[in-house]
Amino acid sequence: MYGKGRIIPALLIFLGLMTFPLWYNAGFAHQAPKPEKPAPEYRECVRPTQEMRTSHMVMLNEWRDDILREGGARKGVTANGTAYERSLQNGCMHCHSSKKKFCDTCHTYTAVKPYCWDCHLEPKEAM
Amino acid sequence: MKKDRRDFLKVAGLAAIAGIGAPSAFNMLLKGEATASEQAAAAAGHGEAAAAPAGKRWGMVIDVKKFVENPDLPVKCVEACHSIHNVPNFGNPKDEIKWIWADKFEAVFPDESHYKKNEALHGMPIMALCNHCDKPPCVRACPTKATYKMKDGVIAMDYHRCIGCRFCMAACPYGARSFNWRDPRGKDENGNPFIKAVNPKFPTRMRGVVEKCNFCVERLNVGLMPACVEATGTTGAMVFGDLNDPNSEVSKVLRANFTIQRKPSLGTYPSLFYII
Repeated sequence: MYGKGRIIPALLIFLGLMTFPLWYNAGFAHQAPKPEKPAPEYRECVRPTQEMRTSHMVMLNEWRDDILREGGARKGVTANGTAYERSLQNGCMHCHSSKKKFCDTCHTYTAVKPYCWDCHLEPKEAM
Repeated sequence: MKKDRRDFLKVAGLAAIAGIGAPSAFNMLLKGEATASEQAAAAAGHGEAAAAPAGKRWGMVIDVKKFVENPDLPVKCVEACHSIHNVPNFGNPKDEIKWIWADKFEAVFPDESHYKKNEALHGMPIMALCNHCDKPPCVRACPTKATYKMKDGVIAMDYHRCIGCRFCMAACPYGARSFNWRDPRGKDENGNPFIKAVNPKFPTRMRGVVEKCNFCVERLNVGLMPACVEATGTTGAMVFGDLNDPNSEVSKVLRANFTIQRKPSLGTYPSLFYII
């Protein structure tokens, strides 16, 4: 191969630089976020945990469109009969009473910035 | 007659274009004509009101005399509404956000402009709020469907969708919409928050959206009366109910009294009625 004396070391350096984040962070196991669970008297969320994890935002949008536009019910009931309010501010945050310890843990970890709190009020944190 | 291939193709091509284009051109012209004739048919019964739509329709009667008898009532209504809905007070009339407000008779009813009006009407405070029109111009103007008419006649807003273009403010003939030029959660120069006491049950708005009275849909939904109606208490200054239910209190008041509306000539069919 023509010029292999330079090409192969250059390729190796390039590969090393490209994979720098991988080997530099190896060994440091990053902890997945642990959002705070609500107080023990609240036993059940409105949907199964896995579904809430992946698509709570879709559900919130559905609630919004149904209540605001179709005049849908403000209260809901889970399959097990737990009544809840279909509302972020008055429903979700009723049990998950700390935005910082619940919402923000995952949102910061995944670097998403939802604009819920531009208008909706987070529950007053115990200072 | 001699026809070579070149001439034949020219004629055939032109004929094809005309054949394809003519129907759409006709459609366009005929449709315009149909609309015009429909409008003519609608205008034929001059002076006759169009048939009111069926189904539930929230409406309100405002008895102006009761507000004159109780001069502190207008402030009480505004205070009740604005505190419940986290309406900011920017302290500057140019930035003012208002869901409900009291204005002079001649400003609220500019149509009643004759010279020989009753002197008592001059400067009389009249409560004004969103009219929740049956044919709302603001809804037609909104490019994002952020404002819309609900099944029960309430003109509601989805602040998530509002892009702050303010077309609706230009379209509303009643000045019932306000724009958040500043952040409602902010503070003035003296460090006082624009929303004095935040109601934790209701959201605020953000900078750059339009807001207005929502006829207290969030209260109607749980069986409460609108905040302003509740504030008037037992005075009967504001009566709220289903306009299409003949047994509702509002229907009874409407049957028993002569009422006027704001700018009826515009054909917006408001849900608000005034007893003068």
